[in-house]
Amino acid sequence: MAEVTIAVNGVSSSHSIQDRMLLVHYLRDVLRLTGTHVGCDTSQCGACTVLLDGVAVKSCTVLAAQADGSHVATIEGMGTPAALHALQQAFREEHGLQCGFCTPGVVMAAADMLRRNPSPTEEQVRSELGGNLCRCTGYHNIVKAILRAAEQMRSEQQSPARAVPMAAAAR
Amino acid sequence: MATVMRPNSLVGTSVKRTEDVRFLTGQGHFTDDLTLPGMTSAVFVRSPYAHARIRSIDATRARKHPGVLGVFTGQDLMAVNPLPVGWLLPGLRIPERRVLAVGTVRHQGEAVAVIVAENPYAARDAAGLVEVDYEPLPVVVDAEAALAPNAPRLHESQPDNSAFEWSIGDAVATDAAFAGAAHVIKQRFRNQRLIANAIEPRACIASYSAAGNDLTLWLTSQNPHVHRLLMGAFVLGVPEHKFRVISPDVGGGFGSKIFVYPEEVVACWVTRKLGRPVKWTADRSESFLTDAHGRDHITDAEMAFDARGQIVGLRVRTIANLGSGLSLFGPSVPTYLYGTLLCGQYRIGAIHCSVTGVFTNTVPVDAYRGAGRPEACFVVERLVDLGALELGIDPAELRRRNFIASDQFPYQTPVALAYDSGNYAPALERALELAGYAQLRAEQKQLRAEGRYLGIGLSSYIEACGLAPSQVAGALGAQAGLYESAQVRIHPTGKVTVYSGSHSHGQGHETAFAQIVAGELGLALEDVEVIHGDTAQVQFGMGTYGSRSAAVGGAAIHMSVQKVKDKARKIAAHLLEAAEGDIEVEGSNYFVRGSPERGKQFGDLALAAYLAHNLPQGLEPGLEAVSFFDPTNFTYPFGTHIAVVEVEAATGAVTLKRYIAVDDVGNVINPMIVEGQLHGGVAQGIAQALWESAEYDPQGQLLTGSLMEYALPKAEMLPAFETDRTVTPSPVNPLGVKGAGEAGAIAAPVAVANAVLDALSPFGIKYLDMPYTPSRVWAAIQQSGRK
Amino acid sequence: MYAAPFEYHRASSVQEAVGLLQRYGDDAKLLAGGHSLLPVLKLRLSTIGHLIDIRRIEGLSGIREAGGEIVIGAATSHAALQHSQLLQQKLPILAEAAAQIGDPAVRNLGTIGGSLAHADPAADLPAVILALGSELRVEGPDGSRTIAADDCFTGLFSTALRPGEILTEIRVPVPTARTGTAYEKHAHPASGFAVVGIAAVLTAGTGNTIAQARIAVTGVGTAATRAGKAETMLMGQTPTPDLLQLAASKVPDGIAARGDLYAPPEFRAQLARVHAERALLRAWQRMR
Repeated sequence: MAEVTIAVNGVSSSHSIQDRMLLVHYLRDVLRLTGTHVGCDTSQCGACTVLLDGVAVKSCTVLAAQADGSHVATIEGMGTPAALHALQQAFREEHGLQCGFCTPGVVMAAADMLRRNPSPTEEQVRSELGGNLCRCTGYHNIVKAILRAAEQMRSEQQSPARAVPMAAAAR
Repeated sequence: MATVMRPNSLVGTSVKRTEDVRFLTGQGHFTDDLTLPGMTSAVFVRSPYAHARIRSIDATRARKHPGVLGVFTGQDLMAVNPLPVGWLLPGLRIPERRVLAVGTVRHQGEAVAVIVAENPYAARDAAGLVEVDYEPLPVVVDAEAALAPNAPRLHESQPDNSAFEWSIGDAVATDAAFAGAAHVIKQRFRNQRLIANAIEPRACIASYSAAGNDLTLWLTSQNPHVHRLLMGAFVLGVPEHKFRVISPDVGGGFGSKIFVYPEEVVACWVTRKLGRPVKWTADRSESFLTDAHGRDHITDAEMAFDARGQIVGLRVRTIANLGSGLSLFGPSVPTYLYGTLLCGQYRIGAIHCSVTGVFTNTVPVDAYRGAGRPEACFVVERLVDLGALELGIDPAELRRRNFIASDQFPYQTPVALAYDSGNYAPALERALELAGYAQLRAEQKQLRAEGRYLGIGLSSYIEACGLAPSQVAGALGAQAGLYESAQVRIHPTGKVTVYSGSHSHGQGHETAFAQIVAGELGLALEDVEVIHGDTAQVQFGMGTYGSRSAAVGGAAIHMSVQKVKDKARKIAAHLLEAAEGDIEVEGSNYFVRGSPERGKQFGDLALAAYLAHNLPQGLEPGLEAVSFFDPTNFTYPFGTHIAVVEVEAATGAVTLKRYIAVDDVGNVINPMIVEGQLHGGVAQGIAQALWESAEYDPQGQLLTGSLMEYALPKAEMLPAFETDRTVTPSPVNPLGVKGAGEAGAIAAPVAVANAVLDALSPFGIKYLDMPYTPSRVWAAIQQSGRK
Repeated sequence: MYAAPFEYHRASSVQEAVGLLQRYGDDAKLLAGGHSLLPVLKLRLSTIGHLIDIRRIEGLSGIREAGGEIVIGAATSHAALQHSQLLQQKLPILAEAAAQIGDPAVRNLGTIGGSLAHADPAADLPAVILALGSELRVEGPDGSRTIAADDCFTGLFSTALRPGEILTEIRVPVPTARTGTAYEKHAHPASGFAVVGIAAVLTAGTGNTIAQARIAVTGVGTAATRAGKAETMLMGQTPTPDLLQLAASKVPDGIAARGDLYAPPEFRAQLARVHAERALLRAWQRMR
């Protein structure tokens, strides 16, 4: 068993877990944060994408024990129904989601993308989405949503790091 | 939002989706997100062999593993009936398909045992301790090979591995048409096997309460009532009123979540056996090995033209690979959903199609987005392009010459269907205009001179959706009607709950259906809640597939709303002391003709209905209605798609440069949602042409069994889509809608195929199997001898 | 997906990791980014008793210039390589190749050391390391030693590292002026791995000649390897497009090309030729 202390969305807690437990199972089964999903076995689909110490990772390919002492940001920490994050709002405006299963991972990956590049081109957005599979949208509206959010975030002069508090806290 | 709205003011507008907020904030409830007290975990032991006799199963060590509650095999579940087949064909051979293999396994991944344990770790650990002694048997994976006289036999009862022989059309008339033809085009097609790969893997939680004899199943289902009926009545023998199926948020289906699968049946059996809830969630590798696959046809087709390029006949002979046994609707897909669509958008004098369904040592095949219609569209649209090449007529012009004219509807085809409405030329012309067709052809010519290979491909598709008129479906072999139900309940405060038998797994019903109701009743969208996916709440439902939700489910809602309005009008007439015929309705205002300012608001009428102090004589209190809408015909969306590709001769790499889609799906409720549906279908269709294929080796091992090998499209592999719509309402439902879920997946494969083969035409290449991977294209160029 | 049980150890120093490796022997594996190892464990294609996490060992990550060499810690992530200004200036090929590995999330955790030590035949970085004439520093129970990149990749998933050794650093000589580099890849549409990857490093001599050519190939054979025949053809020559094409055509020579569903052997060889030509043309442009 491993003792881990992980700050998730700004709330730190400690648990005794099996060494083999994946971060995604820690989030889902221990913390009951079920917005982070599992869609594949091989790190392709990206439904499990979260921010680990401020950068996007696939939480199905990280042990919870590896994240001991780290900060994790999940979709639940992005915004609330009453106050959606600019990315969440843009996905709604542009119809960037259908079934919603891949969506949390796509939003977290987009947060990481815009942190590194606040003004991406359409081509860069498409390329940077390489780790997130969506079977519903054909990506057309996901790309539009991310471009819209980027514009919105720039116009608000809201840095993506501020938009994702954990990203800032981790540095 | 304004309090008073014009009737239907919401229908036709791109309202943002109600359901988005919960998905965007991580508050969706997918099956695997749910946890019940005392819940256990199930893991299945699966056959590594595609065909083997099970000599013995020794679970002694697994049973002793800490945390294990039980290990069960097919022998333990003999009281459970085999899986049902929901669509029968004349002479259909139905081999028994048990939920856990008994005696023989017939495809890689078939379940042979289930482990139930306190948690998924223990279940997984113990699964490795089950010792199964297999005697491998000869394997056949190719459907044509399976028909050979000495092929390995899958089922004792079917010596030739065939499940059915089916045909449609007039063979004699077709022969005559070919005899008099000026040109005949022949081609063999392979429509490869695909795997749906909804990003949410299948999952279920079964929970049984002995105290009330209540069984509850949370399931990734596109049609919870169908699951309940089939599992309760035919497989498990559980009374329907004591069996609740809940299909919560579902992460995409594309057909693969229609069917009754072994895992949910076993979970229901196990929870009754152990008295504790049990959860099973597929790994992606299990999705590949157990979700019903799609397509997998081998087709020999011939199209006959007269001297002026009129199509006079079509003859099609198809071998359909059904997999190791019959999936729920497996027999319907390569027959009634395929042969009936071979007329395309054209006036074809005579058509004949025959299909042989074949068993092989592969995963059972069933409906995958488009289901039969993409295969038909491919045959027709590729033959038309081949005809254009042979006759020296531009592909767009040849299509134009053959279109059914707009004044010929309803149009009776030679393959049973009567198209409801259509106007094909405008969609083609608009697509050509968007593409800049003439310039593209000029550019193509210029680039060829530079050794660059641009290709332009058209696909003028037809589909039949809005499944289905129940009597017709019944006559064709469906074991149930395909109507839909809806209950519209008005609360005393005038708020509305809609109970729909359709199921949304991405289609946005919670929004689109609310638009229908709020628009009709003059209410704000947020005053209407749509409930679906729970057999304990929703009266009945046939579910969502075949692009039927708006055309059938939406129409049922519309019917119920009309009934509610009729009653509200009666109450208004009573309160206003007027004749019912004098009551006019404008939005939520019910008033005597000429006096809108003295009207009654819908909310007041709802309250009056429930207070019931002052109702017309004989009128029941309350305000709600249930309707079952049974359409009189299918709906027939259509359109023209154009793909523009460039092929790099040195590597065979195909780049999709542009994709233009002009669709006509009739009236639309929410254009934003419709566009999204079309995008998704197009992406899957493009992916069939360029990347996706389920490939088996000769031993029946799935070579593309993970997302490391099976290439789902990524964002950078697709262009931004250029889309437009024409609108030809359907006369067969009150909303005039047709359906948008599958159009893209039907049109796109052959649009891309025609483009790739157009690009390759300088090499004399007229046909290649999909997907057009670089190695395949490069090899064809090498073999052409014209490189 | 649930891996079989194992014990997780987080090493705080290389010495501690070496000690743990000694203690657990064959039953232990090093865990860096985990992107090769964890999927294998999850799919239960392999089981292991002990995982030794070296990702957070101080000094094992980072990119610095020292004594005419770029020194890269083995636990440096692909993302760090991709975004390193030092690499973009001095070893652009390494940043360019790192940017083509997997996807952004994979690059955030995957490490150069993990990639080299795992020696996947379709990995990108082995080819680049070979073409750059690098050295690998390893540390083991008997102290540290250096392995030339040319000697490192011995076969399918196998390297010259001995059991118990840990790859700690990759040392790359800073190329002399008038060196041009390029990495060209054909990525598998599903996995993103290199069906073929070609790393080319051309250094100009007097005039317009090529003083040194190093071309390395990944994806084609069982291990990343140099394309000696093509290199020899270029050495001392004045390059022309025709010469580069001719040399590129020899790149697959002597490599037993693997085949799979996506790319049969003869097609892999063709991709190697085409991408070698592109890599050489680009390296030549950058050399001038």
